[in-house]
Amino acid sequence: MGKGDLKLLGTGVSPFVIRTRISLHLKSVEYEFIEEKLAAKSELLLKANPIHKKVPVLIHHDKPICESLIIVQYIDEVWSHGPSILPSDPYDRAVERFWAAYLDEKWFPSWKGVGLVHGEEAQKKIAGLKEGLVLLEEAFPKCSKGKPFFGGDQIGFLDISFGCFLGWARVGEIIHKVSLLDTTNTPHLAGWADRFYAHPAVKGVLPEPQALYDFLKPFIKPAPTN
Amino acid sequence: MAEEEVKLHGAWGSPFSKRVEFALKLKGIHYHYIEEEVLTKNKSPELLKYNPVHKKIPVLLHKGRPIAESQVILEYIDETWKGYPILPQEPYERATARFWARFIDEKCWPSVWSSFSEGKKEEAIENLKLLEKELEGKKFFGGEKIGFVDIVANFIAYWVPLIEEATGKQLLGEEFPALCRWKDEYVSSAVIKEHLPSRDKLVAHFRARFPSN
Repeated sequence: MGKGDLKLLGTGVSPFVIRTRISLHLKSVEYEFIEEKLAAKSELLLKANPIHKKVPVLIHHDKPICESLIIVQYIDEVWSHGPSILPSDPYDRAVERFWAAYLDEKWFPSWKGVGLVHGEEAQKKIAGLKEGLVLLEEAFPKCSKGKPFFGGDQIGFLDISFGCFLGWARVGEIIHKVSLLDTTNTPHLAGWADRFYAHPAVKGVLPEPQALYDFLKPFIKPAPTN
Repeated sequence: MAEEEVKLHGAWGSPFSKRVEFALKLKGIHYHYIEEEVLTKNKSPELLKYNPVHKKIPVLLHKGRPIAESQVILEYIDETWKGYPILPQEPYERATARFWARFIDEKCWPSVWSSFSEGKKEEAIENLKLLEKELEGKKFFGGEKIGFVDIVANFIAYWVPLIEEATGKQLLGEEFPALCRWKDEYVSSAVIKEHLPSRDKLVAHFRARFPSN
């Protein structure tokens, strides 16, 4: 199958797009990456995702698939010969889907934009960020069962769904001078994060925190002075 | 051979809880039902233990292991027990079903709720129009038989008409011929009709819950 059969509309910084790219890289699938400027969305994006008008959108044989967690599962089901993204056991799949839903519906919205706010609003978002890290720290040994990743020996659905946020979480920490995901507070996650960043399917797709900070900088308003 | 125990912590009037019951019934699975008093917020210690993150129903227990979040539970049921298929087999159709299910919970549900509680109808109407278009020409969202999206959309089929009755406010009007036909088909279908919550109890509940004209 040529590259032309598979297109991914996205940006380099969106955690949701990052998820999709890691999944495609894990399966060694070739695709054309079309970078979208979200301030001026392309005709292709608006046609492919008319309801939400958001990235990522995967276009496979001219058919669009939207919503990152749905796209990741689609990739897993279509390219079933590659390493599995979802675990094989239904209960383990349910646990990973549960956490992925939590991350998208509760956790990320609670701290999204943490780098752009100050004072009380920032504290609220930092608390939201921390809450999720505490829960995932606790969940890690249960999911990994002593192995390096949530998915076991290989990165899986939850690793990808969670790991895509690492850069942005770190940017929040840098801006507000806090350390939440580290060897003291979250030893399991700290080790896991290093392994995740080093994984071949992740390298080159997950931007380093500095690159994300540089991207965000023009949008950061200075903290109000008392 | 002893049946592997399946337990469901639910609430009689909750569409989320009923989604799981519909799926279990469609698959022909026997389960033990535990009613949680969600309205009085007297949640059982078991519920808090099995769903500490959200503290909500429904929670399914299978072989002593808890699963929470209704759509996650539906997929678990479909993958664990063969027989009646809830999700389609083909990957693109599965992605489409998941897309609409997510749309219903993320967009439809809150906007429909707001239309009754705050009188803001526009967003709900827009969302329902999208569902109407998706349903056109089909008996159910799942095709000839009830599927994943139909189960997730259950509150539109049964709960919304009862809120309309309780409040005197209409949402599913003439501009939704497919949805109106679908909801009647849905609530009168074989397995579903046996397991709908009490009409009178729900109407009374909604009369108290929503301001009427």
